[in-house]
Amino acid sequence: MDLLRFITAGSVDDGKSTLIGRLLYDSKNILIDQLEALEKSTKNRTDGSVDLALLTDGLRAEREQGITIDVAYRYFTTPKRKFIIADAPGHVQYTRNMITGASNAALIIILIDARLGVVEQTRRHSIIASLLKIPHVVVAINKMDLVEYSQDVFNNIVIEYAEVAKQLGLTDVTYIPISALNGDNIVDRSEKISWFDGKPLLEFLEEIETEHDVNLSDARFQVQFVIRPQTEELHDYRGYAGKVISGVYKKGDKVKVLPAGIETTISKLESGGIEVDEVFAPQPVVIQLSEDIDISRGDSIVKVDNLPLVSNELEVLLCWLDDKPLVPGNKYLLQHNSRLVRAVVRNVEYKLDVNSLQRQPIEGNIKLNEVVKAVIKTASPLVYDPYTKLSSNGSAILVDETSNSTVAAVMLQR
Amino acid sequence: MSSQYHLDYLGQLEAESIHIFREVAAQFEKPALLFSGGKDSITLVHLAKKAFAPGKIPFPLVHIDTGHNFPEALEFRDWLTKEANATLVVRKVEDTIKQKNLTEPKGKFPSRNWLQTYTLLDTIEEFKFDCCIGGARRDEEKARAKERIFSVRDEFGQWNPKLQRPELWNIYNGRIHKGENVRVFPISNWTELDIWNYIRKEKIGLPSIYFAHDRKVIEHEGQLVAMSEYVQPSAGDVILTKKVRYRTVGDMTCTAAVESTASTLDEVINEIISTRISERGETRIDDKVTEAAMEDRKKNGYF
Repeated sequence: MDLLRFITAGSVDDGKSTLIGRLLYDSKNILIDQLEALEKSTKNRTDGSVDLALLTDGLRAEREQGITIDVAYRYFTTPKRKFIIADAPGHVQYTRNMITGASNAALIIILIDARLGVVEQTRRHSIIASLLKIPHVVVAINKMDLVEYSQDVFNNIVIEYAEVAKQLGLTDVTYIPISALNGDNIVDRSEKISWFDGKPLLEFLEEIETEHDVNLSDARFQVQFVIRPQTEELHDYRGYAGKVISGVYKKGDKVKVLPAGIETTISKLESGGIEVDEVFAPQPVVIQLSEDIDISRGDSIVKVDNLPLVSNELEVLLCWLDDKPLVPGNKYLLQHNSRLVRAVVRNVEYKLDVNSLQRQPIEGNIKLNEVVKAVIKTASPLVYDPYTKLSSNGSAILVDETSNSTVAAVMLQR
Repeated sequence: MSSQYHLDYLGQLEAESIHIFREVAAQFEKPALLFSGGKDSITLVHLAKKAFAPGKIPFPLVHIDTGHNFPEALEFRDWLTKEANATLVVRKVEDTIKQKNLTEPKGKFPSRNWLQTYTLLDTIEEFKFDCCIGGARRDEEKARAKERIFSVRDEFGQWNPKLQRPELWNIYNGRIHKGENVRVFPISNWTELDIWNYIRKEKIGLPSIYFAHDRKVIEHEGQLVAMSEYVQPSAGDVILTKKVRYRTVGDMTCTAAVESTASTLDEVINEIISTRISERGETRIDDKVTEAAMEDRKKNGYF
């Protein structure tokens, strides 16, 4: 059984919470006590129905104010797959949360209200999906019950969205007509939408092929922690613990330690204290090298015949996540996986309108939720790949040293 | 690409957790693993061992002992510490109650659960821990679903949902100011069933009370509570001997048993799959008090 992480995106009233509630409810992942709590809280409703959206409501503060503050994570399992849903709110001001939720997602469900078609928020969510290179897109056209399950309405929205997808270079897009409220095409094929010959949503999520999402050709590894037991029997042991970011490593591989540029050979690979011949992404591993080299946290070990970029001047797209604006010229800390370096943001070239993808001139400081193209200079070189080629080695965050907050999501370009 | 390079879901969850453990060891000066004695923290210890092998776990296990523990759980704790060659720190709620002149909880099931917070915060202060690793999972309860993997707390141990840092990709920002500390939850993305399946796959040992055994219990609001010196039965209570097991291991006063004949891991897992009641609702007496109980406790520095 494998694992699929996905994110749901929709505008405020697109029925996103109802959809998630429906997936949990229909796949029998809501439990008696949750159901009881649900019934208790819906007692006051006049029509006596169960409000599925309440299943995904979190904190009392939110319920009182009727808002969703943050990304919430939901879990459900079917006999075929384990699913992790990042539930990000759709409010205009929450681009930041959507990026957070989308950063680990292999798939995005974009909800469209069948009555409204493609709206500004649909575009925004799609642009974020394309910026973050989410491999698979499902366009769930919801509230089909409110348009009499009309095939024409569905077809028109497909044509409308296909234009957006083309502009953004979204290649893997699947359209499914649903009614989250009534459960049409969620778990079972809907009789009311008999003209649709695709799979219902859950079946699609269970069967979509994700094996190729992991890059197994470019071997990348970064040291997280140096293991030196210094016990009698392991007196000279020095192992580099980390995660295989991408690709495959084998014992005997000729490798280069970057940014130092020293060549050596893998002498031993261990996983959980047991020696293994090879490891692949995203396995954790401890690497031993045949030569004694000064290596520390944040250094990369790659194969000599497949090298990443090494530079201290980085062209990036960044999304600003903090209430305090980005002041070009300010110094920050940049964290690229486990490597932490001082950085300064220079040359902010343009702002990207997340509703139209238009490049706009910069006026003043960069505010929360704005996406800009910039150049970052770092105090020591970064070892990376372009985000579009290898997102797991092309992403970073900026940290404000005075507040310690994470203030920007960085996608490295060149 | 051939499927020989494919990790199943347990392999992926394990990889994520080990990555988190290593980030903790590298980013913090004085981390600690909060060890409750239950299956989740036993799984944490197993993952920590794997993360740092062949070295030792580079931080202590900390047990906040309420004094109301199951003796089987304490025995197991001591065995596990020795087996993992780990350092164990125990601090007792009893001592905090005496030192601070706190009021002992009263009632039929006097739970010291709430008082653990005081002892925990004192222990953090005593050892200057800057990071506490916990075994909470996001599927447990709705306030948990919004918690980050690296969750920053102020000097009172308080959690503020509005101040959580965005957590992107697999990049964890553990930088803090003096006096603050971070709670880290390496098994955030695991469900109860994932934990059980992993325990089976990795052959992880558990205290005996997780399996069916005979126990003297009383029935309280549909839940079975073990008779012990800490429970004050009412006049009308009938003490019954039933075959039970535990799904969570907390205090004897606030953890309920379920009737069961499951005496092996396979049988336990089969029962869990067929059961339709979620873990906390079934076996945690204290959560029933108010719907927002967990939210309140988190804000006040509870684990």
